[in-house]
Amino acid sequence: MKAPASLTLTILVLVFAFLYIPISVLVGLSFNAGGMPTAWTGFSLKWYGSLFQNQDILRAAWNTLIVALVSTFFATLLGTLLAIGVEIRRRRGRMIETLIFAPMVIPDIVLAIALLSFFSLTDFRLGLHTVILSHVVFNLAFVCAVVRARLRVFDWSVAEASADLGASMLVTLWRVMLPVLAPAIIAGALLAFTLSVDEFIIAFFTAGSSRASITLPMQIYSMIRFGITPEINVLAVLVMVFSLVTLTLAQRFNRGSLTGP
Amino acid sequence: MKGKRLSAFALAGAMSGALASGLISSGAALADPLTVSNWDGYMAPDAIAKFNEASGNTAELVLHATNEEIMGKIIASGGKGYDVVFVSSPFAEVLFQMGLTEPLDHAKIPNLANLYPEATELKHDPGNTFSVPYAWGTTGLCYRSDLVEGTPDSWFNLLAPVDALKGKVTMLATDRWLLGAGFLAKGYSVNETDPAKLAEVRDLLIAAKKTLLAYDDTTFYSKLVSGEALLVEAWDGWCNYGIAENADIRYVVPKEGSDLWADTMVILKASENKDAAHAFINFILDAENHRWAAENILYKVPNKPAMEGLAPELLTQFPNMAMTPSELMAHEQLRNVGEAQRDYSRIVSEIMASN
Amino acid sequence: MQDRKSLFLMTPALAWLTAFMVVPCLLILTLAFFRRGVYGGIEYTFTLENLRLVIDPLYAWIFLKSAWIAGLAALIASVIGYAAAFAIAALPRRNQPLVLFFAILPFWSNYLVRTYAWIVLLNREGLIVGLARGLGYEGELPAMLYTETAVVIGLVYNYLPFVILACYAPLSRLNPEIAEASSDLGASGWTTFRRVILPMSFTGLATGFVFVFVLSIGNFVTPALLGGGQFQMVGNLVYAQFLTANDWPFGAAISMVLIAVMMLFLTLQTFVAERGSGGGLR
Repeated sequence: MKAPASLTLTILVLVFAFLYIPISVLVGLSFNAGGMPTAWTGFSLKWYGSLFQNQDILRAAWNTLIVALVSTFFATLLGTLLAIGVEIRRRRGRMIETLIFAPMVIPDIVLAIALLSFFSLTDFRLGLHTVILSHVVFNLAFVCAVVRARLRVFDWSVAEASADLGASMLVTLWRVMLPVLAPAIIAGALLAFTLSVDEFIIAFFTAGSSRASITLPMQIYSMIRFGITPEINVLAVLVMVFSLVTLTLAQRFNRGSLTGP
Repeated sequence: MKGKRLSAFALAGAMSGALASGLISSGAALADPLTVSNWDGYMAPDAIAKFNEASGNTAELVLHATNEEIMGKIIASGGKGYDVVFVSSPFAEVLFQMGLTEPLDHAKIPNLANLYPEATELKHDPGNTFSVPYAWGTTGLCYRSDLVEGTPDSWFNLLAPVDALKGKVTMLATDRWLLGAGFLAKGYSVNETDPAKLAEVRDLLIAAKKTLLAYDDTTFYSKLVSGEALLVEAWDGWCNYGIAENADIRYVVPKEGSDLWADTMVILKASENKDAAHAFINFILDAENHRWAAENILYKVPNKPAMEGLAPELLTQFPNMAMTPSELMAHEQLRNVGEAQRDYSRIVSEIMASN
Repeated sequence: MQDRKSLFLMTPALAWLTAFMVVPCLLILTLAFFRRGVYGGIEYTFTLENLRLVIDPLYAWIFLKSAWIAGLAALIASVIGYAAAFAIAALPRRNQPLVLFFAILPFWSNYLVRTYAWIVLLNREGLIVGLARGLGYEGELPAMLYTETAVVIGLVYNYLPFVILACYAPLSRLNPEIAEASSDLGASGWTTFRRVILPMSFTGLATGFVFVFVLSIGNFVTPALLGGGQFQMVGNLVYAQFLTANDWPFGAAISMVLIAVMMLFLTLQTFVAERGSGGGLR
């Protein structure tokens, strides 16, 4: 597919401008001495200092990272298997389709209240692990949808050939399907991670009451009583810097491994 | 290359598993500390630390953004895990009616004696059987005196603003206060349930929506500071945050009146630390601690010696801090309206659906 | 045989969904058939009143309006997101992951923070107005913040990466030779795109559209912040019943209708997507 390079470039520049202009506002505000988002009162690094004093925000950020990573892992695993399982079925099961779509369409607040009631009734101990359990529910549905979109244009004869040659199902999955599906799985995992990092209402309900299991969105929502503080902007900036550094390191250690074969 | 990717995948899995199991076990090992849920910034920042130091407890503060959130969570879980919760009085009333609150043992809260007599007879809970008021005040108009001509003194200044203010006013978004402005303007009770009167208020508020900038519960004072809004419906204490940043901001209770709101502390029936919970409430009600809270949050507290101890400059800078209990009691308190809550929700939906 | 394998693959996920979604949600959704108690509890008397109420024109109107806003956001996000995914997939393969990563990076900040950034940009004393004034524009500028437009912008902005990711998956695997073959056979670039590339990536596009649509219609934060709380989407309505009005039965009834409508919509989408992918590739 050879789109004209100039067209590709124009699209990328425009889209990236749209994506990054609001973010640059945040970066700018993180250096705003006054602290109000509405007026520029001079350059200052004080909010960076005060962020590192704020144990609550740091712990919340750490918790969010754990929840997002662990729930993304399980969601990616279960969601991918589910997608393959659904697509290799000869007949379409209405029940199963409904079950797969349900996590996407059930309003967050319903799932949140339902899970909390359920955990309380069954005397489940609440904490970060219950947030993870809950996040996997909707994350796996999204991963499944992305992987299925890829499977729709998958050349099944390859998998069949592998099976004909006597490869077991697991070997076929691992050696034949996984490499081909890798970009879709990675895309699905990124999607799940992104959803999980931002999710507030389900986390708020299923995290229990302990201070130790507060996630970043919970922390930020409770802080908006005073509007968004510059500390939060600082954190947004640091999250991006952190992600960048992690990526660069990963690239260095494992050059090109993100690329499909 | 393929092998590398697969091993990375396996490694990620092993790590997640280890992390998850570590979390679960560490969660189970801890004893439950006293858990207090409050709005962010609604206590002195050092209050919890001071309490722990004085009492040898290990209390923890957790935050909720709104009454609604914490109510939903308590109702869904039966309140497990929480000991003391700060909620506004109509919500405390609901918790009580649903049987989720613990009756207060006054013998364990001697500092209740510090409350103004008026604060022990609040309509939602005369005699403080299940709730103790923490802060109280009025809802009125908060405005930029340098940019608004004249002195606003009526709810109609907000609901039917002069041309210069059109598109520069905000109202509170929470249903009770959103409707409250309409009820008060019409001279009705803030707990009105008569369908005909509700319809009148709905029409008034639909008309008012056309000249509104936004419904805003959280950032109205920064809108005033920036000049984006010039006149807003506000709780008195919150208007004080605006006054602290811009001395031209003023607060007024409209001539038609206000509601009397009270934010309260309740102990949940599910609490496993009831003694410590009583001790916490007693600690907050200590004259010195409650005064310190008022100076930090800029809200009036219903504690007589605490209010008498306030620095006089504070009362000059924030005149509404000087309002007396008897002035407050002139206004009607918001109550849980029971079945009528359904009508309230519907009216709010009707207002939102109008153009 | 195939179906047994399929079952084996699906079991872990289906078990998870049953334990942590089906059972808990049935617990709540069946409340739709009971009464709200006077003080907000549940009165266990069977009634269809709640479901009848949902069909009321007022709530039907809120449904329609939400669907319109969510649909608009999904449409715009799909066009932008598809174009972005297309452009990324057209880059040299070794650069693709990096660019994809940068397209997603902003979304690991926080939803509220990103939404506030738009408030800073759009408000009457904000950056865009400031910029226009700075450039010497004196006239009255149209209201930007606290409008439906602002809500749509906010939704598009926040959900764009979902479309990019969903579209990138099929586009990245598009075989360059197919497109080349098409143009070798004399098809114009546009024809190649329309007849070859679009059908092969249509499932991704449909998936992305649906993501944005379902996430938008259930959203309750963006209408409150960027819409100035001046209209309710279905998400706000459900939220209000459960948390503000403490009316779980009615909240459950609205949710049931919402879930049913969306299921219908998603089933249609699967149907269209199966047609769109040409079937022949299976």
